[in-house]
Order: sequence, then structure tokens, then C-alpha cells
Amino acid sequence: MEVIRLEAPDDFDGWRMAARALAARGVPPEDVLWQVGDEVTDLFAGADLTMPQGAKTLNVPKDFIDLARMAVLHRDPQRFALLYGLLIRVGRDPRVMQDRADPLVRRLSVLVKAIRRDIHKMRAFVRFREMPVGNRVRYISWFEPDHHILRANAGFFVGRFANMEWSILTPDGSVHWDGDVLTEGAGASSSDIPDEDPTEKIWETYYASIFNPSRLMTGAMLREMPKKYWKNMPETRLITGMIAGARGRELEMIERSKPKA
Amino acid sequence: MSRLDMAGKLEILADAAKYDASCASSGAQKRDSRGGKGIGSTTASSGICHSYTPDGRCISLLKILLTNSCIFDCHYCINRKSSNVRRARFTAKEVVDLTLSFYKRNYIEGLFLSSGIIGSPDYTMEQIVEVARSLRLDHDFRGYIHLKTIPDADPMLVEAAGRFADRVSINVELPTVPGLTKLAPEKSAPRIEGAMGQMRLAIEDSKDARRRYRHAPRFATGQSTQMIVGADDGTDRDIVGRAAHLYDRFGLRRVYYSAFSPIPDASAVLPLKRPPLQRENRLYQADWLMRFYTFTPEDVAQTTDPVTGMLPLDIDPKLAWALKFREHFPVDVNRAPKEALLRVPGLGTKAVNGILSARRVRRLRLEDVGRLTVSVKKLLPFIICEDWRPVRLTDRADLKALVAPKPVQLDLFGA
Repeated sequence: MEVIRLEAPDDFDGWRMAARALAARGVPPEDVLWQVGDEVTDLFAGADLTMPQGAKTLNVPKDFIDLARMAVLHRDPQRFALLYGLLIRVGRDPRVMQDRADPLVRRLSVLVKAIRRDIHKMRAFVRFREMPVGNRVRYISWFEPDHHILRANAGFFVGRFANMEWSILTPDGSVHWDGDVLTEGAGASSSDIPDEDPTEKIWETYYASIFNPSRLMTGAMLREMPKKYWKNMPETRLITGMIAGARGRELEMIERSKPKA
Repeated sequence: MSRLDMAGKLEILADAAKYDASCASSGAQKRDSRGGKGIGSTTASSGICHSYTPDGRCISLLKILLTNSCIFDCHYCINRKSSNVRRARFTAKEVVDLTLSFYKRNYIEGLFLSSGIIGSPDYTMEQIVEVARSLRLDHDFRGYIHLKTIPDADPMLVEAAGRFADRVSINVELPTVPGLTKLAPEKSAPRIEGAMGQMRLAIEDSKDARRRYRHAPRFATGQSTQMIVGADDGTDRDIVGRAAHLYDRFGLRRVYYSAFSPIPDASAVLPLKRPPLQRENRLYQADWLMRFYTFTPEDVAQTTDPVTGMLPLDIDPKLAWALKFREHFPVDVNRAPKEALLRVPGLGTKAVNGILSARRVRRLRLEDVGRLTVSVKKLLPFIICEDWRPVRLTDRADLKALVAPKPVQLDLFGA
């Protein structure tokens, strides 16, 4: 058994280097144990990752690299092993990537789909609160992603808020932008952000006013905005009351529009 | 009457804007705020929904009116002259500040600004353009902007709107001309279509210029419109036909369908009932069939009831088409062309692409198709694969009962 220790849970480059060396030596997938950081297990020695003399570089299609880059961000502990298994098969026959009905390709595609959704929902549901720092202003957010997407998603926020100073804190790590440089920091807790932002009151006014009580469709709302996100989104505290009052408001509008007797 | 504060105005002017269904923030030119002095970015492909209200609708843009005062008297509209709703008006600066402060907190993708008509169409259009100008030029705002254009405004002003916006729209309002004449007497279908035609030319000119000169001035990348469903007696066949005409003639990105819903202080000529949401949903499905599934408007029209002109409510239009034209089935997933696969009820565009890709490698069995779709059971009567061939299932008189979804109680609020 060969043990590979990766530096971080989203360490794509580390996985790629190790996988290339292992594949060049022809190590079968079932003989590799993938680990992140200091996870336990001293049972096995570290693997030999020097490339054998004259080993051929493994050429893989670009869509494999794209898939692997995303799939490593998933929390599934099997992800590195599954990817190595697919790499070995792709090395034998690159057409495997086209076979989207293949069980392994499918399983990894499902991981990638979950990652894309997690990345998308983070872009959507991060909420910044304004915090004065000296004579400047910093925007701070607390967010709990399902997977290891923070680093991969930071570039989106840099592009969008390039001229603001901001921080996004998560349980497993944080990113900070000062207008020039992106830095990484340790995990944080939800109490590390300001308790409120006065603009949230105005946002809630908007949220309540744009709702059409005659069209109540809570199922559609929950599908796209599951309750696990609610606690970090200020407007959601209004939802219960909005639902309870909806039918009454609709009937009142109908009543008021009836021709007066 | 007391003076309204910011929240008071927002309450009125968001409430007045919510009957416009459009909220997309997609299809802009990709850009971000790096190298600029402001904030904002757009994605080239899909937009982002930053929240959802309990009506299941997405909040992507700050959707408000500049004012809900209006010189028009359209019966279906909450803001019509004769309605006694409370009136309010934002200044351009108030809208700019509100947009920026929401955007900085990541509540929105940008602004969707419309307005009641005050003074003249030109005056109103000028006010709308001023908000967009200030966001773009004073604040270097690079987020999404959607502007409603006013039917009879000066083409120069409409052109200016296009320069600052990612999307512009003008509503056709009702699917039929008699409906528009009856319910929106001051509006004119030819003038609305005339404005759409001008906008199409301007959008195409700017695309052409950008192909040739990299630094050609930016311009809106698309236009859309909305039809109200259920306020007049236009049938689904009318609506689908009108939508097809609009897509074809004006190159629209989207046609939105908005089920007419009760509004405060509605006009007495309108139906006092719950909005026809199921009907609206079927129209969106029909629209998708035309945009992504190679259905022609005639294909869709054939699924409507010959007498009433309405789409079936109990099954979706794709299934309705398959049940009516059974001679096209079963379709062999290992051999059939893409267009035939797209006709199979239960196969979406992603599944079809997956099948096309996988079958280049090997012949597909039922379990393979099962891995590419949500439910293979519904497909059984309609497909052939390596180890499956339906036994004259498509001849059965009770086929509909086998494949139609079971009626479910809609919308219980999940725990």
C-alpha cells in the first residue's frame, strides 16, 4: 500500500503530481491510500513519488483535468481515489471521458454537479455586513459552504468587488481582500462578524414588497433556497409571516376590487 | 398626507414593479470591476438569483419603478391613472444610492428600472436614462442594468438607454390586438412593435461594430418582453403564435408570461380570481420546446385543444405531442438523430447530449440511459435501446394513464 499525503483538502496540484508519478509506475488504484494533512495512519510508509527514468508522460484529455479540478473540492473522502481510478482508465482509452453513462464517470460528474451548485449558491447567498475599520469601511460575511470551495470561489468576489475591502469567513478558512492582495486566514465562527447592518432593514422592506401573495409557491422557493442557508440571510426571518398572511391579503384585494353595491 | 421616507417609497415602488415577471440577469457581456474605480461584474452565461420569495420567484435585480404615477389608464395595471393606490417618486440619486448599497452587500446582480409615465414619454425616458448614466459614468458600476423603454419616447433616448443597459424591454402586454385595445386604450401594438424593430437594429449594429472594432462602444446585448395571461380572452394558441412571431421578427432573448393576478383596487372589467399559474407554467414549457427542443410553433399549436385553443393542463406539452403523434415512437437511442431524441418525453437537453456522447463509445443499454436521466420508467414506452424494445406500448389506448404524472397536492410548506 502506498500512502499519499496531500497538503489541503482542495490540493489539486498535489494530487496531480502524485497521480502522475504513480500512474507512470503502473501502481493500481487499489494499492493507493490518499490522505489529507495530518489525518491519522502511521501504518504505511510514504510513497515514492520520483518519476521513473524514461517514463512516458501521461497525456489526458482536457475534460478530464476540468473534471478533476472541480471534483477534488468535494467533501467525499473517496474523491482522490475515484479520480486516480479514472485516470488509469483514461490513460488506457481516452474515450472513457465521452462515455457519460459509465458508472465511474457518472459518479464523478455527480460530485462536480454538487460543487457547481455549492459555488453558485455561495455567490448568491453570501451577505456582507458593513464594519468601520479606522476611517475606512470593510465588508464582512459569514458563510458555510458544503464543500472545499472557498479558495476556488474567491476570484469571483475579487472580480466583483475589486475596489472594496472585504472578508469572507467560513468554519474551515477565510479569505481577505484589501483592494490589491488576496490573503488566506484560519477558520472563524459566526460571532466574528458584526451583529447587524442598518441596510438590512431596507433590504427586508424590499423583500416583503416584491412578494406577490396571490402566487404562493413555497415549494419552488425551498427547492432553490433550502432552509440550511436561511440563518445567514437576514430577509428569511420574514418568510413565516409572509406565508401566513398571504391568503388573507389576496382575498382582501379581491374584495376591495368588487363593484360597490 | 405625511411625507414618505426611503423605506416608505421603496415599499410602494417595489410593490408597483412586481407584476413584471422578468428578472433575468443573464446574457450580458462578461466583465468585472478590476482595473476600474467602482464595483460590479456580470457573467456571460447564467445570472445569479440572490434570494427567493415565498411565491417561488427569484430576486436577482433590484426591481423598482422610478414613480408609480402614470398618465395612462391600463385596466390590468396597479399604477393606472384611475387607481387610488398611494403614489411615490424616487429621485435618480436615491435609486443610484440604493442600487449601490444593495450591491455592495451582495443582495443583487443589478437594477431593473421601469416607470409610470409622467409628463411625457420623453421626459420619463430621460429620467430612466439618467439613473443608468449616473451608475455607469459617475460610479463606474459594472453590474447588470435592465431598463424598460417607454413606447413613444424619442429614438435618441431609447438609443441612450441601450448604451448604458445590458438589456432593454418593452412589454407587448396582451397577446391579442383587441385585448390591448380594450385593456390598454392608450397603447398601440404597431408602435410597440415599431420600437422593438428599432432596438433590434441597434443591437445588431453594435454587435457588428464590436466584431470589427474591439473598442466599439458597448450596447445592450438583448431585449425581452412580457405578455399578461388570463386578463383578456387570448387563447394559448394565440399566445404561442404571438411569441413565435416576436422571437422571429425581433430576435428577442425572452418572452415572459405573467399570469394575471388580483391587484389592489383592480378595474371592474378584469377577472376576480386566482392567477392561472398552471396555465402560465404550461406556456413556459411550450416556449422552451420552441427555444431548445426544435419544436415549431405549429408543433406546439397541434398540442392545443382544437376547440378551446388551450394547452392541456394535466400533462406537459411535450408529452401531449408524443401521445398525439405516436408514429414517431419508439426512438432508438443508439441510432436516432438528435432532433428525434429531443422529442422523447422525459429526455432533457442534457440527457440527450449525454446519450449522443456516450453512444460514440459503445451501444447503450437501459441501465446506461437510466444513469443519464432522472427517471427511466417514464421513458420506457418511447425508446429502444440495446436490451429494451417496448411491446406495442405506443398503441395502447391507456398510454396516457401509464405515463402522465399522478395528480399531487401542490405546495405544502415542507418541514
